[in-house]
Amino acid sequence: MEKIIGEPKKAFMTGNETVAWACLAAGADIMFGYPITPQNEVMHYWTRLAPKYNRGFLQTEDELSAGFTTCGAVQAGKKAFTATAGPGNVLMQEPFGMAEAMRLPVLSIIQQRGGPSSGTVVYSQQEVTLTTYGGNGEGHRIVYSTATHQEIYDYVIKGFNIAWKYRFPTFVLGDGYQAKMREPLEMYDPEDKGIEIIKPYPLIGIPGNIGESREPQHLCNIYSLEEELYEVLMKVSAEYEAISPEIVEFEARYCEDADIIIISHGVVSRAADDAVKILRAQGIKAGYFRPITLRPFPQQQLRDVIAQSGAEHLLIAESAYGQLERLTKQEIYGETVKIDNLFMPGVGIIDYDIIKKVKSII
Amino acid sequence: MSLIRIALAGEGGQGVQSVAEILTEAAYNENQQTIYIPNFGLEQRGGVSIAFIQFSDKRIGAPKFNKADVVIALSGRAVGRTAGYSDENTLFVYDSGFDFDKEDLPQQAKKIIAIPAVDTANQKLHPKVFNIIIMGAVIGLTNVVSFEAAKEALEHKLAYKFEKDPSLRELNFKAMEIGKQMAEKSLQEEVDNND
Amino acid sequence: MEMLAPATPKSWYLPSKPHKFCPGCGHGITLKALGEAIDELGIQQETIFGCDIGCSLLAWNFFACDSTQTHHGRTTPVMVGIKRARPELITIGYMGDGGGYSIGSQHLLNSAVRNEKVTLILVNNTNYGMTGGQMAPTTLPGQITETSPYGRDPESTGYPTRGPEFIAELTPEGAYVARATVSKYKQLRRLIRNAIRNQIEGNGFSFVEVLSTCPTNWRTNANQTWNFLEEKMEQYFPVGEIKSPLGKGDK
Repeated sequence: MEKIIGEPKKAFMTGNETVAWACLAAGADIMFGYPITPQNEVMHYWTRLAPKYNRGFLQTEDELSAGFTTCGAVQAGKKAFTATAGPGNVLMQEPFGMAEAMRLPVLSIIQQRGGPSSGTVVYSQQEVTLTTYGGNGEGHRIVYSTATHQEIYDYVIKGFNIAWKYRFPTFVLGDGYQAKMREPLEMYDPEDKGIEIIKPYPLIGIPGNIGESREPQHLCNIYSLEEELYEVLMKVSAEYEAISPEIVEFEARYCEDADIIIISHGVVSRAADDAVKILRAQGIKAGYFRPITLRPFPQQQLRDVIAQSGAEHLLIAESAYGQLERLTKQEIYGETVKIDNLFMPGVGIIDYDIIKKVKSII
Repeated sequence: MSLIRIALAGEGGQGVQSVAEILTEAAYNENQQTIYIPNFGLEQRGGVSIAFIQFSDKRIGAPKFNKADVVIALSGRAVGRTAGYSDENTLFVYDSGFDFDKEDLPQQAKKIIAIPAVDTANQKLHPKVFNIIIMGAVIGLTNVVSFEAAKEALEHKLAYKFEKDPSLRELNFKAMEIGKQMAEKSLQEEVDNND
Repeated sequence: MEMLAPATPKSWYLPSKPHKFCPGCGHGITLKALGEAIDELGIQQETIFGCDIGCSLLAWNFFACDSTQTHHGRTTPVMVGIKRARPELITIGYMGDGGGYSIGSQHLLNSAVRNEKVTLILVNNTNYGMTGGQMAPTTLPGQITETSPYGRDPESTGYPTRGPEFIAELTPEGAYVARATVSKYKQLRRLIRNAIRNQIEGNGFSFVEVLSTCPTNWRTNANQTWNFLEEKMEQYFPVGEIKSPLGKGDK
């Protein structure tokens, strides 16, 4: 594959710029997008870089179109991606549904902004439910929630690979802070790190002659009988469940003897990490658990951490009003640990907020 | 260097975000950990624009913060908008060239100082290097980056302008120097913090 | 008397025949013309056929060409995505009047403006057939449908959309725009063939609206069906080429 970065290189840039470079390094062929803050600079950087590396771009008429053109390009065998946020993410649930139904390896970068509706253009973690379970389906998606620019770079590359390996729509879930802030990271060509790049392949327009060496490919997206759909869904569900253990990722620290475990994801986990260190220094046994994949959720890992620590409390901290909490509760149903929450919808959370909350609980 | 948090606020178009970009770029080049997040609300189109900047020798956590070590307010409105980021450990700096209600100044601050950056820019240099004076002042107040690193980052950011008009280079460097001296002088003057 | 069996286009996918359209429906005629056009142009192997939701979805496995199904109104962007990704493929989108002129109108309009190198065939039967005969953008004034039971009143629901006319206005040189009818088969086949040729030549956006019949929802017998098509519809929707770069210049 074409080398983009050369020797691993330190860089200091915004999250959106990081996305563009990572897509380039991952071998993405084409981006389809529609302007919405705070993801715009993904397009700005991509449109500057793409022609130099013979990659494509189309600014579509809306997010529906951006999502569906991405679906089309993926069907034609190209590594295609899109990026969106907020109301754009709502519109894209329609094409994401098609990607789910037809098993299209679409990669999407979501930079969450405040909601509902137009909300703010700034930041939130309010697109968790939408990104994990949006659409009129079963949430057969893979969702990585990143916390640092290094992770944005790493998981965009990984996201393309996972999407093309398993053929489920894959998401890198960031937010307005990650989109706009600048911080250092290391960029690299994935193959130099021993990362094998999964090659894209067409689902239609495939090699061979119809009627001679192959049958026509008729990709179906609507079924006449409920039993037909049922059969497909059960097969896909079983497959999703079977691959989930290979996909789930999480971080757990200081949990072994914890009295309280703080659960957070994405950029909030940075504050949680600081809070746990400060609390520990003050003699409070706090632990840190962070699902990196929100879909599939590291539910067994969280259950194990709870069991091993014997913690009496979980504290779920998120910049939303209970989206991570609902996800977590349904995944660890039956656990008797007490669950508290720190819900700050649409605003950033800092270590101070978490520490104060922990002290009010313990 | 332990963690230093700076909130830099001004009117949209004053170049606040550029200052933040140059300073963090300079810090990054000096191998510091640094994060900068613009307050990019709708306010970026006319209104108070804030840059949240953090420098540290260790990994930095949340990108935003409640209380800053240094707050710099560059307009009357910015003073009221940023007063809440000040507590008993904060150095609160504002520009003496603006009229504003003194009651907008923070209730709590380690020190409140006024610097004549606008007047200096207008009278001694050029209005457009106002933000560079402020950048020099930040360095004078905090030493978050070396003067040399800041010069390099400034050069990098404005290379295309310097190429067109080399006299701009001297003007900018001078503005930075004046800003730095202005800040150092203000710190020595020990302005009372209880007004 | 000896009956002449009409020849089946080579590009038809025989396992899916006989097709599932209602008796008297114009889709079969349109798809036959399309099949013959694909055969004549010799593009079966590189054609990607995409169909919308609505009655057009029944064509999903109609051809021995690779094909994809999309959502209501979204065939246009899917075809655009495929063409942008693989310009060597011939992309033919197939949709109804609801999908093209209503729910997917922003896609139709903007892909026309961008002069996307795709071919779209839009079947106009003046109603939403698959969902049970509701009013469509193309329903004629006074026409009775399930959602205009007293006849379409232009005062409250506007006048029927004249798609090719507005697309002709929107598109730059190089675009091909025409309206055909299932009652004039040879012309239908020629216009569809031209719309595909225009894509092959890389000239620009290519669009054919096809006036078609829906006796099931019109609740008409054979005579009434044909009369409505040839008299009422053609009067409101004039048939013919509206814009064509073919045969001009050195192309």
